[in-house]
Amino acid sequence: MTDEENTLIPSPVLSPKDFDSGFDVRWCPGCGDYAILANLKRVLPTLGIPKENFVVVSGIGCSSRFPYYLDTYGMHTIHGRAPTIATGLKCSRPDLSVWVVTGDGDGLSIGGNHLMHAIRRNVDIKILLFNNQIYGLTKGQYSPTTKQSKRTKSSPTGSIDYPVNPISWALGAEATFIARTIFQYPDHMKEVLRRAAEHKGVSFVEIYQNCIIFNDGAFRYATDKEMRYDNIFELEHGKPMKFGRDQEKGIFLHGLTPKVINYKQAGFDETDLLHHNENAQESTLAFFLSRMRYPEFPEPIGIFRAIQKPTYNDLLDKQMEEAKKSVTKPLQDIINGEENWMVT
Amino acid sequence: MEEVQKLKKENKNRPYKSKQTLERVVIRLAGDSGDGMQLAGLKFTSASVMLGNDVSTFPDYPAEIRAPQGTLAGVSGFQIHFSSTEIYTPGDRLDTLVAMNPAALKVNIGDLKSNGILICDKDSFTPRTLAKAGYTSNPLEDDSLQNYRLFSVNITKFNKETVSKIEGMTGKQINLTRNFFALGLISWLYDRPLDTTIKWIKSKFKNRPNIVEANTNTLKAGYYFGETNEFLAIQYSVPKATMEPGLYRYISGTQALALGLATAAQLAKKELFFGAYPITPASDILHELVRLRGYGIKTFQAEDEIAAIGSIIGAAFGGSIGVTGTSGPGLALMSEALGLAVITELPIVLINVQRAGPSTGMPTKPEQSDLLQVLFGRNGESPLPVLAPQSPGDCFDLSIEAVRIAVKYMTPVVLLSDAYLANNIDPWKIPNLDDQSPIEVFHLTKSLESGNDRFTPYSRNEHLSRPYVLPGTKGLEHRIGGLEKEKITGDVSYDPLNHEEMVNLREQKISGIVKEFPLQEVYGPAEGDVLVLSWGSTHGAAHTASENLRNEGFSVANTNLRFINPLPSNLGDILGSFKRILIPEMNKGQLHLIIQARYSVRAKSLTKVQGKPFHVDEIEALIRKIIAGINHD
Ligand SMILES: Cc1ncc(C[n+]2csc(CCOP(=O)(O)OP(=O)(O)O)c2C)c(N)n1
Ligand code: SF4
Ligand SMILES: [Mg+2]
Repeated sequence: MTDEENTLIPSPVLSPKDFDSGFDVRWCPGCGDYAILANLKRVLPTLGIPKENFVVVSGIGCSSRFPYYLDTYGMHTIHGRAPTIATGLKCSRPDLSVWVVTGDGDGLSIGGNHLMHAIRRNVDIKILLFNNQIYGLTKGQYSPTTKQSKRTKSSPTGSIDYPVNPISWALGAEATFIARTIFQYPDHMKEVLRRAAEHKGVSFVEIYQNCIIFNDGAFRYATDKEMRYDNIFELEHGKPMKFGRDQEKGIFLHGLTPKVINYKQAGFDETDLLHHNENAQESTLAFFLSRMRYPEFPEPIGIFRAIQKPTYNDLLDKQMEEAKKSVTKPLQDIINGEENWMVT
Repeated sequence: MEEVQKLKKENKNRPYKSKQTLERVVIRLAGDSGDGMQLAGLKFTSASVMLGNDVSTFPDYPAEIRAPQGTLAGVSGFQIHFSSTEIYTPGDRLDTLVAMNPAALKVNIGDLKSNGILICDKDSFTPRTLAKAGYTSNPLEDDSLQNYRLFSVNITKFNKETVSKIEGMTGKQINLTRNFFALGLISWLYDRPLDTTIKWIKSKFKNRPNIVEANTNTLKAGYYFGETNEFLAIQYSVPKATMEPGLYRYISGTQALALGLATAAQLAKKELFFGAYPITPASDILHELVRLRGYGIKTFQAEDEIAAIGSIIGAAFGGSIGVTGTSGPGLALMSEALGLAVITELPIVLINVQRAGPSTGMPTKPEQSDLLQVLFGRNGESPLPVLAPQSPGDCFDLSIEAVRIAVKYMTPVVLLSDAYLANNIDPWKIPNLDDQSPIEVFHLTKSLESGNDRFTPYSRNEHLSRPYVLPGTKGLEHRIGGLEKEKITGDVSYDPLNHEEMVNLREQKISGIVKEFPLQEVYGPAEGDVLVLSWGSTHGAAHTASENLRNEGFSVANTNLRFINPLPSNLGDILGSFKRILIPEMNKGQLHLIIQARYSVRAKSLTKVQGKPFHVDEIEALIRKIIAGINHD
């Protein structure tokens, strides 16, 4: 189908059902991946993009089975390499909406290099990293995001690895869009996914996802009805950072470190709190926020950073256009070379 | 010639010189990497092709980027074989060696024939340079070179005298023109005209008249020196070869690959996406292709070879022609993704420019030791077609063929070049693009199934290829991936019999490609005593060796494989028609292993793993031995 045809025929209004591939979903009952699938199915039809223009590329892992369950174009590739395939695809076909689904092992361990480079190039692809802090598919070894001391199949006496902080890491690679959301926050997730989709440039979204079999409860502090108010706060652009059951606690900047104060009790006002600015060109604030980890601090969710920078695929196309414009002779002349001779 | 005639007229007192005609000559110009030997060699080559000789050349650069001046590591050489008959190699042993410094002499003297002509720049054999090259006494003055016809010439001094009077020449610039004095001298020795070189100098330095003057004058001075000086008593000439009529240029394997890919893109009316990570000796393909972006080649420098091949798989899924170029260590990194391309049945081309291994090995030196890796170096049963060009020009033809096969059969294709082919420069009859048949790529846009049936991405056509559907095609949304597929729907399947059938189908599809290949051609008798079976770049030496023996009346045939998987359909019959089979290859016998296993024949293996191509006489010697053995039976 040509682009022209696509634009001429008005797209029918799509529903989540249209994105159902009809395959039996094979995740364990209760796996956090179900919720992510359901939310993405709700967001995709609302983006105004024809269904046939979505491509979901994944690596290997429980999370990477994702493309099979969506009725879009998709490729379930090899462990850790999805960003490379997505990069080639987007550069070849900038008209497509290209998504990458990866896990904490897939994206940050074996594929860490590719993820970093896809991000730093600002290829216009949407990367969803399902972080369950464990290797699910290979049945429960610790991953690069597993908390230190965690006992797993491959660390019976506790993991001695220092975990990576995915958001700090993405900032180090200069991601232009960075967000975090949680599998059990449907509305929040939908909003983050929509914003990620609409961002022009690379979007990096970390999604906390519970592996009920091998790492159950890893995010209980963030999902439990009683605990979540004290452990999670939502970032909103231009708004003060506050949280707690009655929104009574706030984030203050104390030197170069964050400080949590019950500001209402202490007699402060909302305007005294740290305010979020997702468009800050410098990533200092976003980095500062990414360092706030449970249990020392409440963890921010939402959009850490959303800035504009020319995308790799646009820059590449621009160079291609210029090269085409500067062509003065047919390929045959190039093949003939500058120096040739006739044998008669 | 005009210029030379003038020179001749001007000089009335020239000594008597005799003339001799030779069938073919091998010379090598050697000096420090800063001495401009590559350029002088190329210009000598141009003059020779203009004269109508068949030519084959081999540049040999130092491995280090900036090797210290005057050291053995910094020696750069350019070898030229020019002939009045058809030739296929840059030649084994040298008839003439030009050495611009002691290091160049030391590195190259071993290749000079005894009684060969040796021209040295006397002025650059100083105590300092001699010491750098590790000489304890000056070889030009002791008796160590008495096996050769030594001519010590004051190249530096004469050059300086010629060009220093020209205005605005700095000391450094003066020294940089020495190569053209040497070029002038050997141009006289082998009766080559200067006009092509002078024309080139004029256009190259058109904004720097003093440089034009300096280079032209010293070139003529060198020529003139040869003509007037008494000690070079003989002038040689190599007459025109009979070559197929047409327009020619000279080309390296690397250039031919790049032009072939650009042509393939044009023939397929598609964008070609070249994703690669720099590695010697394959990086030059990327460098050449970047300059051809205007012809629809999108280049992408990836973060490593895994990303390079990943990017082209993605691009192929999107509908571009995906191509990557690498060498041994990069190929090793690409193997998992190559398997993904096999199972997803996406068309990509991987060019592997082989170099000496294992591991980093000898990055600039050729070997043919990745054959088994490309055939079998992936997990699982993972067949793919393998093509191996036999000459620089053949790199052009086979890169187009590789793209054609990839898209027709929906398969990754490997093209096995090597460091020798990449740099070897041969005359090449320029193809006319109008004579090339278009590359058909068919993208399914409507489901072939009737009614509401689901689209089945793994249904197959008569070639066993699956449909090539591009994302963006409405109604044909589907998923592919590395898990085994149900044979028609492409759904994930662990069914034991389905897997077996899929393994067989993938194998049959690749075997079926044999019908695309021409029948294997044999040079020499169709049956007889010895068949020399070579592959890829070994063709030149194997063919020349066999031909030499045929000319002596021996029953020797030779044939060269350009298609290694699948093997040509008539190869079995050919092998059966000879008493003995000899397989020379630059590895420890990899093709030999395959041929013996596939055809249950006994063959003799000739191996060379020195990071150097075969010499003709190495192959010739073994054939003689084999023949002697047969006659003994
Ligand atoms: C090259 C390679 N090495 C190892 C594996 C085995 N493997 C498959 S998935 C996986 C880890 C997956 O973890 P993660 O990315 O966190 O995904 P999850 O299953 O947790 O969603 C591993 C090690 C593989 N498939 N390929
Ligand atoms: S193992 Fe864990 S991550 Fe994998 S499907 Fe089961 S619950 Fe989900
Ligand atoms: Mg995981």
